[in-house]
Amino acid sequence: MKIGVVTFPGTLDDRDAARAVRHAGGIAVALWHNDADLHGVDAVILPGGFSYGDYLRCGAISRFSPVMEPIIKAALGGMPLLGICNGFQVLAEAHLIPGALTRNHELHFLCRDQKLTIENTNTAWTSSYKQGEEIVIPLKNGEGAYMCDDETLAMLEGEGRIIARYVGENPNGSRNLIAGVTNEGGNIVGLMPHPEHAIDSLTGPSADGLGFFTSVLKALVK
Amino acid sequence: MAKIVVDVMLKPEILDPQGKAVAAALPRLGFAFAKDVRQGKRFEIEVDGEPTAAQLADVEKAAEVLLSNPVIENFTVRVEK
Repeated sequence: MKIGVVTFPGTLDDRDAARAVRHAGGIAVALWHNDADLHGVDAVILPGGFSYGDYLRCGAISRFSPVMEPIIKAALGGMPLLGICNGFQVLAEAHLIPGALTRNHELHFLCRDQKLTIENTNTAWTSSYKQGEEIVIPLKNGEGAYMCDDETLAMLEGEGRIIARYVGENPNGSRNLIAGVTNEGGNIVGLMPHPEHAIDSLTGPSADGLGFFTSVLKALVK
Repeated sequence: MAKIVVDVMLKPEILDPQGKAVAAALPRLGFAFAKDVRQGKRFEIEVDGEPTAAQLADVEKAAEVLLSNPVIENFTVRVEK
């Protein structure tokens, strides 16, 4: 199974995302922001970083880069798509996921190991986890506060579309401790913390993040 | 030459930590007047001659699609001589 990993100018975590794909048993395919097609990949990851220097708003310029056109089209047709951190911001700017990511409520850039609960295991990216499972993966962001209006929040809660929540003190001011959200079809997931930095105990705080990558491989085999 | 100015502000219900930090810094410098501060963005778009209605309509569209994120921000468009 071929998983595309997009590199925008300013992307940081593409190498770790590709490594996570390989570690899970998939084939990682490098996609460039200027690519007009997806080189036959079965799923796409938008990794973290500071694409286009976070100019204007995080993800606002990347959202209109050439590679996003086929990605949006394929994802609306059911292709699994994961946006991590800056990738989550791109998904929100592209309105593939409701809401927006705004500046952390305490203004500080965060970088720490974060405990989460997995709250929805019926998505293309979370089926390897158990409902309510607690995991620890790195969180590193300056603009990670998930915001949406009350109506959207009630809809997300009602439909079980919050896939992961922070445990303990709210790290960044996200509404209802939201760390990750999925779309209606469960194929698109936006996640603020970084599972690709936690795939083995040698390089990460745990191997807890690997499940996102094994999940999508399972979803593609089905 | 005229200037089309687009002001983008976070919606009132969205927390503005940057504005809060500025509001907290003002009294430390002896400026005691501020009850609240909100921080936004201003875009100055230069056009040749008097802006046409079509240009202004295009700027509105650009403001909605790119310059602002309507999920969290409001914008206004005006012409400055």
